[in-house]
Amino acid sequence: MTKHTLSVLVEDKPGVLARISALFSRRGFNIDSLAVGPTEHPEISRITVVVDVDALPLEQVTKQLNKLVEVLKVVELDRESSVQRQIVLAKIRADSSTRSQVIEIVQLFRGRVVDVTPDALSIEVTGNADKIHDLLALLEPYGVKELVQSGIVAIGRGTRSITDRALRSA
Amino acid sequence: MAHKATPKAQPVECTGAQSLVFSLEAVGADTVFGIPGGAILPAYDPLLDSTKVRHILVRHEQGAGHAAEGYAVATGRVGVCMATSGPGATNLVTPIADAYMDSVPIVAITGQVSSRSIGTDAFQEADIRGITMPITKHNYLVTNPDEIPQVIAEAFHIAATGRPGPVLVDISKDALQGKTTFAWPPKIALPGYHPVLKPHAKQIREAAKLIAAAKRPVLYVGGGVIRARATEELAAFVAATGIPVVTTLMARGAFPDSHELHLGMPGMHGSVAAVTALQKADLLITLGARFDDRVTGDLKSFAPEAKVIHADIDPAEISKNRVADVPIVGDCKATIAELLEAVTGPHPVDPAAYGPWRERALGWKRTFPVGYNAPRSDALMPQYVIERLGAIAGPEAIYVPGVGQHQMWAAQFVRYERPDSFANSGGLGTMGYSVPAAMGAQVAAPDRVVWAIDGDGCFQMTNQELATCVINKIPIKVAIINNSSLGMVRQWQSLFYGQRYSNTDLHTSVGMRVPDFVKLAEAYGCVGLRCESPEDVDAVITKAMEVNDVPVVIDFVVERDAMVWPMVAAGVSNDLIQIAKDTAPQWDREESDAEERGLDADHDGIPSGTTRG
Repeated sequence: MTKHTLSVLVEDKPGVLARISALFSRRGFNIDSLAVGPTEHPEISRITVVVDVDALPLEQVTKQLNKLVEVLKVVELDRESSVQRQIVLAKIRADSSTRSQVIEIVQLFRGRVVDVTPDALSIEVTGNADKIHDLLALLEPYGVKELVQSGIVAIGRGTRSITDRALRSA
Repeated sequence: MAHKATPKAQPVECTGAQSLVFSLEAVGADTVFGIPGGAILPAYDPLLDSTKVRHILVRHEQGAGHAAEGYAVATGRVGVCMATSGPGATNLVTPIADAYMDSVPIVAITGQVSSRSIGTDAFQEADIRGITMPITKHNYLVTNPDEIPQVIAEAFHIAATGRPGPVLVDISKDALQGKTTFAWPPKIALPGYHPVLKPHAKQIREAAKLIAAAKRPVLYVGGGVIRARATEELAAFVAATGIPVVTTLMARGAFPDSHELHLGMPGMHGSVAAVTALQKADLLITLGARFDDRVTGDLKSFAPEAKVIHADIDPAEISKNRVADVPIVGDCKATIAELLEAVTGPHPVDPAAYGPWRERALGWKRTFPVGYNAPRSDALMPQYVIERLGAIAGPEAIYVPGVGQHQMWAAQFVRYERPDSFANSGGLGTMGYSVPAAMGAQVAAPDRVVWAIDGDGCFQMTNQELATCVINKIPIKVAIINNSSLGMVRQWQSLFYGQRYSNTDLHTSVGMRVPDFVKLAEAYGCVGLRCESPEDVDAVITKAMEVNDVPVVIDFVVERDAMVWPMVAAGVSNDLIQIAKDTAPQWDREESDAEERGLDADHDGIPSGTTRG
């Protein structure tokens, strides 16, 4: 099973997110992460969902999403032709003996320290899934006390926008 | 402020409730089945004055929902039901789910508590929008009366177009009571809803090439052909190509049963000819069908030699269960017409080329004809009752079974010659569908005879609508196939649970009559009749056909142990039956398991899986 990133443009109406989540749940699709927010267009929201499925079920996911009346467009953004990022906030165990090592690792990944206490520090880092994964692997031995991930958001490379003509009427 | 219902060209000031009724009139609704209640009460006042919309007061909201379904299936128009908030709305859940599974166009309008109270666990509050999200094509919660005309127009549009389905509109009480302006037509804004109706020319070409190259093609016809009103196109296609046809449970009547090339119904309880033809085909021309598990059995063993052309209006069905070699998204009417053009024009098909295949298929029809065994000559067999009913009432009647053994026999033993003559709950399999759906169909088609063919179990779930029928002069006829059991479950207990009949005895004819259906019918003001032997069948049906001002209920007391099988008559050799069984797909491990263990399920002295009875 592989992970696929889908960008779903939806009408900004009450209940749309509930509809999408309910669809995934009843069809048995695995959601890895889900992020939602407004777009440059006032009536359109964008949901970025990472699903863990094989190719044929992915086709089903996409088709079922398209059946929903409030879904305007479903686009798969693949790794090579898009920029994929998520923001992670994490609390890492760090006392005076380990603090500088933790900070060094975080800086190597171009992350930032946003909170410091005598035995822990909180960091903020953005990156794609692989980078986040590698950073967390390096921080594991020190002790990750708390981890908050926003979920992947993604945008296609190039000049075109997927919101183009998304509100074309029937 | 005029209450008379004519859609105004000029905007009119009114309440939300009036706007709702005006909208229903404007959209062409002529019948609403419903029950009033607190939250929906404001809508019922203007309804009283409407001269275009007839409201029929039912006895259970589930009946309203199934009636809307029966209305829609009999005519192709959108059925409408209405209920109040809370329990009224939740009573509509079953028929809405039923419509969703069978792609039936209905609009359900429910009252909701005042918008200020939503989310406070108010009296008779239920989040019906949330509850019906997975079982509606789309749904709405309206709290602003100004939105009512647009929402109603959109709801009817969504229900009726593309793949038809149920749409729920939940309207808060304050929206019904609030002041608004009614103007028609409203602006419909559905930027995310674009059903594809016209098939792609390239796909049509590819399909035509496959058809021309095939040696053993079969037309696998589903309910979508009826929904698309494409039966004439189908008939023309068959006339031009000579390709044999199977019609699923939802497509009975899409192609005449009397036509030589009609092999019957495929699937678990289908005819041997239909099942075998699919298994031996090298090409399935699938029209408006969805490879449902009741047709395919275990997918890996289904139609193993066939390429698949799959034409459907819902792209999500294509390649969902079976990968399509040529997918065609589009409306069946247009698709079949274009296929016909292609196979009589640029990619001609010679019907003679399928000659040997046709002969084989017709041979299966001859060798394995429709049939059943009667254990004694005086046994009243349910299949016989249904056969005679179909013969006497004829192909112009509308037949509406419930769910269970009697439903399968209704699909097998009535000869369907035209669309809109068979309405049943296929996908969801809702017991209790029959009487209210028959009521809805009769209202929609007052000039046709409507026969509800119900089971004794099903009948007890929704028979209160007989009151609605009597009071509103809806003269349906009900044939209760009374085997004193939950028949289909009992059949499985016979086959796989060593005849341990756990909770399937209904006590409606064996040992006692609880209730006595004849007395029950008479209590409702219907004509009640009973038939207990084969000689009386014709006479009682004929008598029922002569009553046209009130409903008739016939209690047919039938053989309890009759089984539903693929249709095989007595006298067909076991070898041939074994051959037929070997070619069928894997239905259910349990079923073949029982046959292997040689259980004698129908007590005829012959192990199950041999001569059918």
